Amino acid sequence: MSKETPLWEVFIRPRNGLSHKHCGSLHAADAELALQAARDVYTRRGEGTSIWVVPSSAITASDPSQKDENFEPTASKIYRHPTFYDIPEDVGHM
Amino acid sequence: MTDMNEARLALVLRLADDHLILGHRVSEWCGHAPMLEEDLAMPNMALDLIGQARSLYQYAAELEGKGRSEDDLAYMRREREYRNCLLVERPNGDFAHTMLRQLYFAAFMEAYWTECLTSSDETIRAIAAKAIKEVAYHIRHASEWVVRLGDGTEESASRMAAAVEALHRYTGELFQSDAVTDAMAQAGVAPDPASLKPAFEQTIGPIFAAAGLAVPESDVGPRGGRSGIHGEEMGHLLAELQYMQRTYPGATW
Repeated sequence: MSKETPLWEVFIRPRNGLSHKHCGSLHAADAELALQAARDVYTRRGEGTSIWVVPSSAITASDPSQKDENFEPTASKIYRHPTFYDIPEDVGHM
Repeated sequence: MTDMNEARLALVLRLADDHLILGHRVSEWCGHAPMLEEDLAMPNMALDLIGQARSLYQYAAELEGKGRSEDDLAYMRREREYRNCLLVERPNGDFAHTMLRQLYFAAFMEAYWTECLTSSDETIRAIAAKAIKEVAYHIRHASEWVVRLGDGTEESASRMAAAVEALHRYTGELFQSDAVTDAMAQAGVAPDPASLKPAFEQTIGPIFAAAGLAVPESDVGPRGGRSGIHGEEMGHLLAELQYMQRTYPGATW
C-alpha cells in the first residue's frame, strides 16, 4: 500500500493572514488525489481556505536523539526573551 | 394553473428522488471504502446529495400542500411512487462502477443546475446556486478516479471498460423529455433535459479520452424510472432506506 499510495503531509491555512499549519497526514496515489483527500479528511468542518500537500519523503526531520544538543542550550539564555523591557502604558497590549 | 403546479411538483419530486437514491447508494460505501481517505470522501458526497434531496423534498412538500413532511416523502412512499432515474439506483459494484455512475450523474446535474441559475422559480434558483458548487467537486473527484482506473493497470482498465459497458446505456434516460419537462421548460422553471446532451458530452469527453475509454455510440437502454418502473435492486435499497421509519414511524433524532 505504501508503495502505490505514499504518505503525504497536509497543511491547512484556516484564514487569510494566517500561515499554513501542519494538521496531519494521509495516503494518496499522487498530488491531485492527495489534495482531494486532504479536502475530504481535514476540512469537513470549515477549517480551511487553502491546502498544501507535501510528500512526507520530501521532509528532512531533526533527529530526536539529538534533542538535547539541539534545543537545550537555549534554556539558559533567557535574555533572548523580550521580557526585560518596560513597555509604556500608552502602548497597550502587545 | 393546477396543471402547472402538478408539473412543478412532479419535477421537484423527480429531482429529489434522484438525489436521495444516489445519496443512499453512495452512503453504502461508508465503512467499506478501500482506504480511509475514500471512506471519508464517499460519505461527504453522499451528504451533499442528501442535503440537496432535503431542500427538494421540503419544496415538494410545500408545493403539494397536503401536510406531508420531507421525511414522509423520503421514507414513506411505495416503490412505484419513486420517480428517480434508473442510473442512480444501480448497485455500487466495484469502484469503477461507483465512480462512473457518479461522474455521469454529476456531469448531467452540473449542466442542469447551470440552467436553473436563471430559473423563473426562486426556490429552484436558490437550490441550484448551492448545489452547483457541490456537483463541481463530485465531477472533479469522480473524474480523477475514472482517469486513474481507465489509464491504470490491465485489471483496472478492464474493470473501467466493463463499467462503461454496463452503465452508459442508463444515461439515455437522463435526457428524456415528456409532458412534465416540456411544461417546465416552457415556463422557464427548468431546462429541457434533451438540450443538455452537448454540455454533458463536453464534460465527459475529455475525461474519457484521458482515461483511454471510448464513449459508446448509443445511450439507449432501460427506462421507466420517471413513471415508477424500477429495477429489482430498488426494492432492496428501499428496504434498508425505509426500515427505521417503517419500524418506528415518526422517529426523530
